[in-house]
Amino acid sequence: MINRSQAPAIKDAVDFDITLKPYELFKLDNGIPVYVVRSEEQETVQLELVFPAGSWYETENLVASATNFLMKNGTSKHSALQVNEMAEYFGAYLNRNCYHENATYTLHCLTKHTAELLPILQEVVLDPAFPEEELAIFSQNMKQKLAVNLQKCEFVANRHIDKYLFGEFHPYGRVSSMEAYDALQTESLRAFYQRHYNYANCKIFIAGNLPENIIPLLNQYFGSTLWNGETSTIRPELPILPAEEKKFRIFNDENGVQGAVRIARPFPNRYHPDFPKMLVLNTIFGGYFGSRLMSNIREEKGYTYGIHSQLYNFRQASAINISTEAGRDVCEATLTEVYKEMDRLQKEEIPEEELSLVRNFMIGSILGDLDGAFQVIQRWKNLILNDLDENYFHNNIKTIKTITAAELQQLAQQYYNREDFYELIVI
Amino acid sequence: MIHYNRFTLDNGLRVIVHEDPTTPMAVVNVMYDVGARDEDPAQTGFAHLFEHLMFGGSVNIPEYDEPLQMAGGENNAYTTNDLTNYYIELPAENLETAFWLESDRMLSLAFSEKSLEVQRKVVTEEFKEHYINKPYGDVWHKMRELAYSRHPYRWMTIGKELSHIEHAKLDDVKSFFYRHYRPVNAILVVAGKVTTEQVKVLAEKWFGDIASGERYVRNLPVEPPQQEAHKLEIKAKVPLDALYKTYHIYPRKDQRYYTADLLSDILSGGGSSRLHQVLVKEKKLFSNIDCYHFGSLDAGLMAIDGKLVKGVKMKDAEKAIQEELVKVQQQIIPERELQKVKNRVESMLAFEDMGLLSRANNLAFYELLGDASLMNTEFENYERVTAKEIQDEAQLIFSEKNSNTIHYYAGN
Repeated sequence: MINRSQAPAIKDAVDFDITLKPYELFKLDNGIPVYVVRSEEQETVQLELVFPAGSWYETENLVASATNFLMKNGTSKHSALQVNEMAEYFGAYLNRNCYHENATYTLHCLTKHTAELLPILQEVVLDPAFPEEELAIFSQNMKQKLAVNLQKCEFVANRHIDKYLFGEFHPYGRVSSMEAYDALQTESLRAFYQRHYNYANCKIFIAGNLPENIIPLLNQYFGSTLWNGETSTIRPELPILPAEEKKFRIFNDENGVQGAVRIARPFPNRYHPDFPKMLVLNTIFGGYFGSRLMSNIREEKGYTYGIHSQLYNFRQASAINISTEAGRDVCEATLTEVYKEMDRLQKEEIPEEELSLVRNFMIGSILGDLDGAFQVIQRWKNLILNDLDENYFHNNIKTIKTITAAELQQLAQQYYNREDFYELIVI
Repeated sequence: MIHYNRFTLDNGLRVIVHEDPTTPMAVVNVMYDVGARDEDPAQTGFAHLFEHLMFGGSVNIPEYDEPLQMAGGENNAYTTNDLTNYYIELPAENLETAFWLESDRMLSLAFSEKSLEVQRKVVTEEFKEHYINKPYGDVWHKMRELAYSRHPYRWMTIGKELSHIEHAKLDDVKSFFYRHYRPVNAILVVAGKVTTEQVKVLAEKWFGDIASGERYVRNLPVEPPQQEAHKLEIKAKVPLDALYKTYHIYPRKDQRYYTADLLSDILSGGGSSRLHQVLVKEKKLFSNIDCYHFGSLDAGLMAIDGKLVKGVKMKDAEKAIQEELVKVQQQIIPERELQKVKNRVESMLAFEDMGLLSRANNLAFYELLGDASLMNTEFENYERVTAKEIQDEAQLIFSEKNSNTIHYYAGN
């Protein structure tokens, strides 16, 4: 008979040696860097073009995201429908995304179709037309979507908490509005496109099972100096204007059966030495299923389906944000419990067993995240776009493996003071 | 092509091993052949509530999550109307921890009163978060009741009403466990940096002595063919009018399922699909419109839903959808368009196979469907579909008497 109450021996994840598979770097004729991680296992390719064209750089609200979205909706040669048909015929996914700092165009396709798809990607990136009608449809439909979202307490709460943290004029705190959609003009989109989507700003990240001639192909479609200007974008510094008041209660829906609870404070960005340490403390506090917040507020009290604490990964400044949707009548009690858990981390050292569990969990999860070329290139992209290298990655791992309970307690004493937190409930 | 080996333990537990030496990880996936369709109509939401209780400690292990996290692992689970699936991903060196945890909760749960009490509350909040406190959140409850008269697909996985969850008793939990959570009703898939020999030893060691249990024989009420259109109007505090239509389609193992799947892609797979192009871009009647189905194992539903552009009348919006449906009924799909949706499926299957977790998940799913090897022949089922078949099916599926319609009006 086996003894089932005895756990099998484990290898501590902290004893795992984590390596980040290196990338290959190529330069196109016009200087665009191409970062490559190859794998032979599947017949798939992921190709991403990144431009510093996020909301950071816009001077009118929503111009960055509208530009990014509409580049694909019509070129000087093809309509939006034709572009979509060409890409979708090959079973490809041509996606775009706009973030605070960067905006991207990403192609996912089968290896065998790569060569046929690059001309389409080239066309949307180099030759978008921004038809008036496409903008009109976009604005109308985004406004409709916004109207629906504004009924959701968590959507409203997310908008407000970021506004308190960064100020409504800062790109991290600025929110969409009906008026801003109405104000969008194709001229502004064209101008924004001209300024930011040029080869001097572009970086390419590519992963998967690549055609042998991938670099010559990329050179053919993206290597010329014939698109836009060659000026690199300069990143302006923007002032953060946080709210002065700390406590907010908003009634969004008088019949709401739940409230969205947010508790947040500013935190230094990833370049600060406390950042990697806070990643560990945040995990213990509210960053995984067994966290203090989940154990107490979900698994002990049943106030919510889930409660999480996150550390923003924004470039200029970060923040700690604790978020949950809780039963309407237990929202205030949830706040009390969150503060109680902060107090506990300030007053008591984290037991060795719990710390060791979190170390193993975090290392195991990094190991899992690095599984496959698509994931590896994502890691590299995050480092490269933030002007970091693998030393940063390895330092973070070292922090996870070696940080002490005393250091974490000190960190909690410095950053988990309730008077520093914004507090919001939206019902 | 996904390679795997398989064997069955004496107690009936089916084991599938997928060796992938390129990853440092291992996945242990346990799928139980039970979903919301197996529930008593007076106790809906039970399969899902039960899934929560599976994390409340087992007979020899008081805490499920802690030892797993200590071993560097993560886990989760989901319940659908058809099945319940539990999965663990962890560094391959610590594979045995997953066997230890999964086998103990298959042996028996702790059945703690406290765990039941808390999870009842947690699921209640989940219910509120997803279905009550959201605009249009009630629509699928109502649509299922409108579309099904007998088959248990007439309630959602989360349950028909909150009271069913609130009244769950520990005795019900126990009997549910011993009826469904037995080796003979389960499929174990182990994938990643593992060997079949190693898995054989571990499976025998940890699962071998669990009593087989009785094979659950599913005998669900059959939904009779729908004879007339069903319609419902809802008025609620939402900002936009919305239109929802569903049509009965075929069981997962029926070849016509694939025809219906491609038909939904013709109508709504991507930016070049018909409904988006005509109704959103050209006629500007909807701000979004989608056509999809639920991939149900028994005969499921094909759905079309969209939000109307402000000022557009419901009857005009509905008429425009109808015109598009008539087109696929009356005109044969061009060869290139058919090829497009097949290429889309080929690509989707390839991307699905990239993740270790997804491969393990799918092997279990296809085994539940009848045979894991179906995973490797899936694309052939799509390749076989002809334009004529799509047209014929469109005529049957999109017939008026097979339709269920909800007009969801914005009110105050």
